Amino acid sequence: MAWVNAIIQGVLVGGLYALFACGLSLMFGVMKVVNLAHGDLAVVAGYVAIGVIAVTHIPVLWSLVIVVPVMAVLGYVLQRTILQGALDRSVLATLMVTFGLSVVIENGLLQFFTANSRGIGTGLALVSGSFSIGSQIQIGYLLVVVFAVAVVVLLGLQYFLSASTYGRLIRAVADDKEAAQLAGADYRHVFGVAAAVAFGTVALGGIAYGMYSQLDPTTGTDTILLFAFAAVVIGGLGSLWGTLLGGVVLGVAQQIGAQISISDETLAGFIVFLAVLVLRPQGLISGGAQS
Amino acid sequence: MAPPTASGASRERAAVKGAGEAGGGRPESGTPLLEVRDLVVHHGQLCALDGMSLRVFPGEVYAIIGANGAGKSTLLRTIAGLHSPTAGSVLFDGTDVTGLRPEHRARQGIVMVPEGRRLFESLSVEENLQVGATFAREGPWTIERVYETFGWMRERRNQSAGQLSGGEQQTVAISRALLANPRVLLLDELSLGLAPVVVQRIYGMLPQILAAGLTVLLVEQDVSQALRVASHIHCLLEGRTTLEGTPASVSADQVEAAYFGLAGAAPGSAPEGSEP
Repeated sequence: MAWVNAIIQGVLVGGLYALFACGLSLMFGVMKVVNLAHGDLAVVAGYVAIGVIAVTHIPVLWSLVIVVPVMAVLGYVLQRTILQGALDRSVLATLMVTFGLSVVIENGLLQFFTANSRGIGTGLALVSGSFSIGSQIQIGYLLVVVFAVAVVVLLGLQYFLSASTYGRLIRAVADDKEAAQLAGADYRHVFGVAAAVAFGTVALGGIAYGMYSQLDPTTGTDTILLFAFAAVVIGGLGSLWGTLLGGVVLGVAQQIGAQISISDETLAGFIVFLAVLVLRPQGLISGGAQS
Repeated sequence: MAPPTASGASRERAAVKGAGEAGGGRPESGTPLLEVRDLVVHHGQLCALDGMSLRVFPGEVYAIIGANGAGKSTLLRTIAGLHSPTAGSVLFDGTDVTGLRPEHRARQGIVMVPEGRRLFESLSVEENLQVGATFAREGPWTIERVYETFGWMRERRNQSAGQLSGGEQQTVAISRALLANPRVLLLDELSLGLAPVVVQRIYGMLPQILAAGLTVLLVEQDVSQALRVASHIHCLLEGRTTLEGTPASVSADQVEAAYFGLAGAAPGSAPEGSEP
């Protein structure tokens, strides 16, 4: 029974990892930007939520209404300024720039918010409670909600990319940005829109993590970025549903590792990550473009 | 490389155009729709275009011919805004558009079908057309009209564009450009990589396109094909103009000399200087 419990917990936490990973996958799939600041930006979103809640005393879930658009605007602005500037030079330059951004954000957070870890206190019974199946399986409502949110986000992204005008333009620009220009599309603006969408998912991931666990200035690179990378690579680059599969595989591997010995949790996840890299480098679902 | 067979084609053309269109007769009153002045374009150290000029008037089918590396594609890409010239200017309907980005030129009506078709391969046929229509000007072309013109496209609209044959892809690429309702359509090497019979069919579509009052500037290595469809030809050699005129006004020998840069082919008959 303990093993079944581990698998269920792993699947559910996979939803959280998919929330981290889908934005990373989208930015790479469309702009070929590997955003090394991805995790730090999730932490920023979490801190913004903590700040918004402290100042306005609105319920946690309502903070999403503010934080997600704020992060989306930040994504558009960052893409149109420093990321586009780096892209105009070379793909390698984007690595340097996002690495620099990561360092700046991490140290900025340390400077202004100290190294203390903070959680996003929900105070909601729905979020802190759990239900039991049998005597050994206990499932937290929060993870179920986060998993459901991840599925909804992925469905929404898929619908946006396949059926909306901007989604179509994003895929066209990802295919051939020069041909898209010849059709009248300003690819810089389209990149900005894609970044805004990706940052919106980053905000959800950061807030969800803040509710599930604790955020501190180094969580972004230590945990979120690494897990997001692992989920993207396991699932398959450029595949949206691959990020969910990758997240689930990573989560299950970690929970099974923890079942063997609590100190093996993270190690087990990365062993699976490494195994996929060696045996199936294109990922479990090899990529149709973003869908 | 296609040998120039000017005489046959020009006779054909002259017969089509009728008597009123004797040598050099162009609708030169009014402003040209598209004008290129003393254009110089470099690719790094290489000088691809060396001070060439041209004027395209509304309703013309203006063909740029020339061998590989003559600067034809560079000219078209510069007009579309994909290259910045070192010197010179591009005027569209009397307005200088030299500094304009390609997407803004496209929205104003300078639309190019790029070399090698460049469809969005992960998109379906219909999605390719929809992208072409997204920033369209007002005009006659709609997706419905494209389907009426090319019936097969409606049946295969949900297929991925990458699965089509070369000729089908070229037709979709032209349709995608038409959906922007261009004022001037730039066609870059339509025949590239296609079987001769397919090339025939694609050039056979041009009259349907021109019925909508479109001006066309095309680049072609296949000289006989260009002479057959063009109302005005312009030969480039190493980035310079070597011959210009209507297909009826130039002889096969002149075209051959201008195309290959043969000795004694001094641009005497219809040189760039003859332009007002």
